[in-house]
Amino acid sequence: MLTTIIESLRTRFPQSVLEVNEFRGETTVRVRKDDIVPVCTFLRDDPAASFDYCSDVCGADAYTPEERFQVIYNLYSMTHRHRIRLKVSVDESHPHCPSVTAVWPGAEWPERETYDMFGVVFDGHPDLRRMYMPEDFAYHPLRKDFPMMGIPDSIPLPRK
Amino acid sequence: MNIDQAMEIRQQKILAALENKNTSVHFDDALDNEMVLNMGPQHPATHGVLRLLIKLDGETVVACVPELGYLHRGYEKLAENMSYHEYIPHTDRLDYLSPLMNNTAYVLAVEKLVGIEAPKRAQYIRTIISELARISSHLVGIGALAMDVGALTVFTWTFTERERLYDIFELLTGARFTTSFTRIGGLAHDMTPEVAAAISAFLDTFPAKFHECISMLNTNRIFVERLEGVGVITREKAIALGLGGPNIRGTGVEHDIRRSEPYLVYPELDFAVPVSTGGDSLSRYYVRVNEVKESVKIVRQCLEKIPAGPVHANEPKKVLPRKERVYTKMEELIHDFMLVNFGVNPPVGEVYHAVEGSKGELGFYIQSRGEGHPWRLKIRSPSFMNLQSTPHLIEGGMISDIVAVLGSLDPVMGEADK
Repeated sequence: MLTTIIESLRTRFPQSVLEVNEFRGETTVRVRKDDIVPVCTFLRDDPAASFDYCSDVCGADAYTPEERFQVIYNLYSMTHRHRIRLKVSVDESHPHCPSVTAVWPGAEWPERETYDMFGVVFDGHPDLRRMYMPEDFAYHPLRKDFPMMGIPDSIPLPRK
Repeated sequence: MNIDQAMEIRQQKILAALENKNTSVHFDDALDNEMVLNMGPQHPATHGVLRLLIKLDGETVVACVPELGYLHRGYEKLAENMSYHEYIPHTDRLDYLSPLMNNTAYVLAVEKLVGIEAPKRAQYIRTIISELARISSHLVGIGALAMDVGALTVFTWTFTERERLYDIFELLTGARFTTSFTRIGGLAHDMTPEVAAAISAFLDTFPAKFHECISMLNTNRIFVERLEGVGVITREKAIALGLGGPNIRGTGVEHDIRRSEPYLVYPELDFAVPVSTGGDSLSRYYVRVNEVKESVKIVRQCLEKIPAGPVHANEPKKVLPRKERVYTKMEELIHDFMLVNFGVNPPVGEVYHAVEGSKGELGFYIQSRGEGHPWRLKIRSPSFMNLQSTPHLIEGGMISDIVAVLGSLDPVMGEADK
């Protein structure tokens, strides 16, 4: 089932699908960053795929010279009961990624969380604020260069 | 930046978000005015440290902005700095109303990554504890919802039943609350016959007691009228917003991961997926009630079918050996040393494993680089996604309905804030 979806994805977007991986029965498709919104729209609307449920959007810090941030989309289909994972790469110098909130409104908070934790800016997001950390916090805690113990004085404490 | 400036910036940004909701209030009457109300983070009806900023026109809610992060402990960052085994106790603190469910969900994800499977008996015990955790979580959910809308007594009744479940958990795991019972490839220890007898004894009396609790509510006109038609969400909107668990089944979507992507021993069991089509707070409550009844059925079947045998997979390089053998056998001592100091070392890859938690789809996404600790661990917490729908459910309603809607969503902030 998923192979036919990936085939139709490849014929429809020959430039966008960069790599297809399979591990433990799960399929991961690497997609070019700029095409993520059309690819997601296609996957949602195509009757054979119909990924109508956006399980999760999250980030990861690859922290290699070739690649810095990843944005990962875990998708699920209510009708066909299958899953797929999309992955895009985001540069360190220009950490911007198109938002998929127009495709799945439920991606709004997970994208805010990714922005909060990794500093990836989602273009087109209706309300891109920090999810957990205070608004004036200057760092993004889940980046690999953020120390586990935190940075002293990064959060002002109330006066005694 | 000093503290006053920082506070100023925080307040301004949150208030700006509230104003940006495309809301306009027109005043025909000079006495009409709009008001911004801050509900939480310390508020008895917000189920933990949830903060809601509400804009009111009279008693009507015009806009609502939830603020999270008051319980953010950075569990995803912590996971990157500890071994797979060390992380199990931290999963207790996610959804602290069903810690056994989180333990199970986490080790299932790690086992999928490592490529091992627990023996049948361990899987049966995991199913039993997951369903008992679901019952205990729903008992709190139902009781707290009733308390939020004014029926105080039911809360004490459901808590009495939950207390009996916690006695069983104490007998089984040694802890009432922070259980940390599962291990990668098995369990901390086997279930003794006394525990099985205690669970059977509980199941014999519980349905009648539970029926008493819910018959107090189902026939209570105030309770039903406070919830009926309040916080309505359509089926399409619920799927689009990523709702889960009883909240999405309350809109008529028959989505249950136990059925759609079976894990553990659920394919061998006979149970129904309760669905209600109203989409309002009352439907969500009905789904929870029926789920408790189904869970009782599942645990009964498991106790009948549970096979004898080991509860640890025979994978010495992945599964922690028994303590008594570590002290007496050289081989086990070496494996214990290697596992504790260097970890499980799963192959390079990434997995996402979801289970049907008591609140919805509880998933763990793990990226491994072949090291003893995860490179990235993401918790897909159902409460977080459920809370996302609060503005949609609350806006346009009355201020007094907020507590009813929040109670019917049943969020747990430990999980939503991670």
